[in-house]
Amino acid sequence: MRFVDEYRDSDKARALAGRIAALCEPGRTYKFMEVCGGHTHTIYKHGLEDYLPEAITLIHGPGCPVCVIPMGRVDDAIHLAGQPDVIMTSFGDMMRVPGGDGSFFDANAKGADIRMVYSPLDALRIARDNPAKHVIFMAIGFETTVPSTAMTALRARTEGIGNFSVFCNHVTIIPAIKAILDSPDLRLDGFIGPGHVSSVIGCAPYEFIARDYGKPLVVAGFEPLDILQSIYMILRQLAENRSEVENQYARVVPWEGNLKALDVINEVMEPRAYFEWRGLGFISHSALRMKNTYADLDAEHLFQVPGGRVADPKACQCGEVLKGVLKPWECKVFGTACTPETPIGTCMVSSEGACAAYYNFGRFTRSRVKEATVRHSTAQGVQP
Amino acid sequence: MCLGIPGEIIEIDPDQPDLATVEVSGVRRAINVGLLSDERLTPGDWILIHVGFALSKIDEEEARSAMAFLESIGQAYEDEIAALRASTLDASPQTPAAGTTEGSEVAQRGSDGVLRGSEGAR
Ligand code: SF4
Repeated sequence: MRFVDEYRDSDKARALAGRIAALCEPGRTYKFMEVCGGHTHTIYKHGLEDYLPEAITLIHGPGCPVCVIPMGRVDDAIHLAGQPDVIMTSFGDMMRVPGGDGSFFDANAKGADIRMVYSPLDALRIARDNPAKHVIFMAIGFETTVPSTAMTALRARTEGIGNFSVFCNHVTIIPAIKAILDSPDLRLDGFIGPGHVSSVIGCAPYEFIARDYGKPLVVAGFEPLDILQSIYMILRQLAENRSEVENQYARVVPWEGNLKALDVINEVMEPRAYFEWRGLGFISHSALRMKNTYADLDAEHLFQVPGGRVADPKACQCGEVLKGVLKPWECKVFGTACTPETPIGTCMVSSEGACAAYYNFGRFTRSRVKEATVRHSTAQGVQP
Repeated sequence: MCLGIPGEIIEIDPDQPDLATVEVSGVRRAINVGLLSDERLTPGDWILIHVGFALSKIDEEEARSAMAFLESIGQAYEDEIAALRASTLDASPQTPAAGTTEGSEVAQRGSDGVLRGSEGAR
């Protein structure tokens, strides 16, 4: 059986689950959002939800970089790729994201040259190797990938590579969390903070969540035990009437973040006035663009970008899923019209997306975990 | 792309201190360590790598548990490793894949949607 027994710390996990259950106030329910798609992946993969007391609901947040790219930006990228002598590049996860007029794969079938790269440095190398072409890197991702794009731009500048530019779609996590906190749909009791994003931005940027909104946030690692531990830490804060930012992942995340990475980002990029997030709409100062001093490396400066807004397909409920209002399986097309092979929405594309994670592991664990949990609960006193 | 992959520093080129030869999942390759320039990395140190850049220095135990975790999540990790192997990043003289232009520049996704590294890189 998969699930917690299978990984090496299963005894510790069971003990933690027991302590979590003991901290829950009788009659109270708790909603915690895990902001990061990597956490969502672990939660479904290991069936952690079913392991928690019923009083706790985990809400999957917007922290999947591919999932939040609006259709219009996919179309813009395809438009850029269609310019003469342009090679477009992006991370593999982008290739299947549907735009208003198909995905990158569809565009390639019609003659575009959109290549999958592992790193922006690969895109730079393609530029070096193809001096007669202009190579654009479609940059996506939260603060985890932003420094890499910025470093690559700096390198292009140092090396004097003139046929490379960035189509910047980087987003920042703090405004998204704030938008969710301000949205009336959801009442959350605490946050499981993203791990790797925090290794760049540090823990201090979350302090307003604890101070102004009174919600605990615990920056967490990616293993099942990390997540259980951070849930325990959030509950302990609530039980003691505290709301603070705590760092469960200090073995990787320094409190102050990576100062060098932050410097490099500030050198090359600045916040946009606003940016559209798929399903969440426009959020102010929620994304980055290249600074004017790097206009020569900015695809949006070098080329005309249509910048059209494309409404999501009617059937698509990714917005609700990204805000945590709907669970993936509550979307009407989940698993029928929308599957990882033929995604309608973005949440089904990336392995960090809640719908893909649930499709791949969810139904599977649910049935099996239920029996396991019942068995454990009799032995360990954990609520099924 | 949010997965961090642990790697061990094998060598740092004194002429290009941003570039280290790193052993990642059994493969030696160039990784940009410029974001950790304050950490005074030396061979034997462990780092967490995101899209070709080292973002954090970690200890060996964390590296081991990060690896075990990645292996446990299966496909997403295999995709990431395949993409990493297919990438050559900087054409650094000490990496075997350096300087090649053919094949290895992009990983290809087959008709089944599975990401594969190109042959040369495997
Ligand atoms: S099932 Fe598909 S359309 Fe529905 S929310 Fe998930 S990704 Fe979006």
